Amino acid sequence: MSAPLLRQPVFNVESLRGQFPILATRVHGQPLVYLDNAATTQKPDRVIDALAHYYRHQNANVHRGVHHLSEVATSAYEAVREKVRRFLNARETREVIFTRGTTEAINLVAQSLSGHWLRPGDEVLISWMEHHSNIVPWQMACARTGAVLKVIPMTDAGEIDLDAARRLISERTRVLGIVHVSNALGTVNPVTELTRLAHDAGALVLVDGAQAVAHLPVDVQAIDCDFYVCSGHKQYGPTGVGALIGRASVLERMPPWQGGGDMIRAVRFEGTEYTDLPYRFEAGTPSIAEVIGWGAAIDWFEDLDHDALRTHEDAVLRYAEERASEVPGLRLVGTAARKVGVMSFVIDGVHPHDLGTIVDHHGVAIRTGHHCAMPVMERLGLPATARASFALYNTRQEVDTLITALLAAREVLA
Amino acid sequence: MFALKDLYQEVIVDHNRAPRNFGHLAAPTHRAEGFNPLCGDRLTIELAVDADGVIRELAFDGQGCAISVASASLMTEAVKGRTLAEAEPLFERFHTMLTTAVEVDLLNGDDSLGKLEALAGVRAYPSRVKCATLCWHALRSALHGETGATTE
Ligand SMILES: Cc1ncc(COP(=O)(O)O)c(C=O)c1O
Repeated sequence: MSAPLLRQPVFNVESLRGQFPILATRVHGQPLVYLDNAATTQKPDRVIDALAHYYRHQNANVHRGVHHLSEVATSAYEAVREKVRRFLNARETREVIFTRGTTEAINLVAQSLSGHWLRPGDEVLISWMEHHSNIVPWQMACARTGAVLKVIPMTDAGEIDLDAARRLISERTRVLGIVHVSNALGTVNPVTELTRLAHDAGALVLVDGAQAVAHLPVDVQAIDCDFYVCSGHKQYGPTGVGALIGRASVLERMPPWQGGGDMIRAVRFEGTEYTDLPYRFEAGTPSIAEVIGWGAAIDWFEDLDHDALRTHEDAVLRYAEERASEVPGLRLVGTAARKVGVMSFVIDGVHPHDLGTIVDHHGVAIRTGHHCAMPVMERLGLPATARASFALYNTRQEVDTLITALLAAREVLA
Repeated sequence: MFALKDLYQEVIVDHNRAPRNFGHLAAPTHRAEGFNPLCGDRLTIELAVDADGVIRELAFDGQGCAISVASASLMTEAVKGRTLAEAEPLFERFHTMLTTAVEVDLLNGDDSLGKLEALAGVRAYPSRVKCATLCWHALRSALHGETGATTE
């Protein structure tokens, strides 16, 4: 690809694993092999300790009090906004809006845009490989506004059909919603190119980064999308927190979605004045502890050697795909040229559901089913797949355990 | 620890590989579809019930995991030749077997579930109970003149 590596990056998986207490768990008498990271990742001590520390020493509501603890909590909370800005390279901290996660961030955008941006006959374009959370909010927005939902098809390998995308994007397109990395297939989508195409047509672009942030360097300015959304819990942080990164000039024109405390400047019964970004979109007491825990996750994650991390993750995924080809009757589902983190597959004669139960007895946690992406399954003519999804703490030995378990499942059923 | 072979017993593996009464009837009197939204499994049940209310013929079609296919296959054998009035309590006893944590001693005498008892191991896997009951929900819908059932 480029110049030869001057130094082979070292990446000490064992010492990293030691920072994740849950990885020492035994399941059915076997060491846990956790391969359901696309659903949620495990948490390092740094994050668990930050949550406990917050509740032991800092707990107070934010933005409300002049007392000491409230100021401590507020500044810890607000410091994370800057960490998220830096992590995803947003322009300004006020472009970072905390949400409960990806799903809430998409609902925020879809609902707010319903108020002023979408009109009858307008088109909302999404892709065939979206997670349900980037489908259903748009269906609801279309139902409210009379806009029409259009879908960019995908190829048999599980890649976006770019030619079809070019044909589908027109001056009627008002919003493009596109997943950065598919949770069902692992496909990395050309979001920068799609954003440019959609912008040329005058549309706003939302990129669903739920599966991307733990595996790829994300630069929202380079992508140039108007909205980027993600969840802390898929990037070694706590559940209950995520973010919407929005372009300030777009957010400023958007009506608020939830009303309540914190999002107002002045409330009178005759009418309320809303406050500025980002608080205008953060009604009510936020997930303070979780935001602070996510900040710890970002600090911890950014301290790692990312070249080495990516080399390690790619090697483990490639090794898994290689070893999987040794399992008779196994077929990989999703064979895009650019993939991260996910190996979806089916095995002749063994339903994914049975696979899930059988490998669990070997201590191996995988996900089986439609992965909240029913249209992907329908497109590929499958009711379900089995999915092993990887994080930075997974190893080749764990892949070996998975393969042994899959062979055992074939023994039982095929 | 619950052994895997208690779940995937020989009878279940056999009925999964070679399901009985699989396919369609020429002239069904009742028909319903079952859908498990959790895993996307679908199956269709068709019945031919005579004037005396006896289930003369039945067939199922569809795809699913070993538990759901074997359960449907075993169910067709268990209810064939029974009356509608007998099918319902059978489902209730079957359901009790799957959802009661302790091994209840209801499996002898008149209450015997016969070969259906092979599915008792599902009890240890709460997330799989729906797989085993999908066919029964569909059967019940068919008997009640409905066209579909989901396990939700
Ligand atoms: C691609 C993708 N989008 C959206 C989501 C929804 O994320 P959350 O459940 O954290 O809101 C997920 C997680 O399952 C996902 O993988």
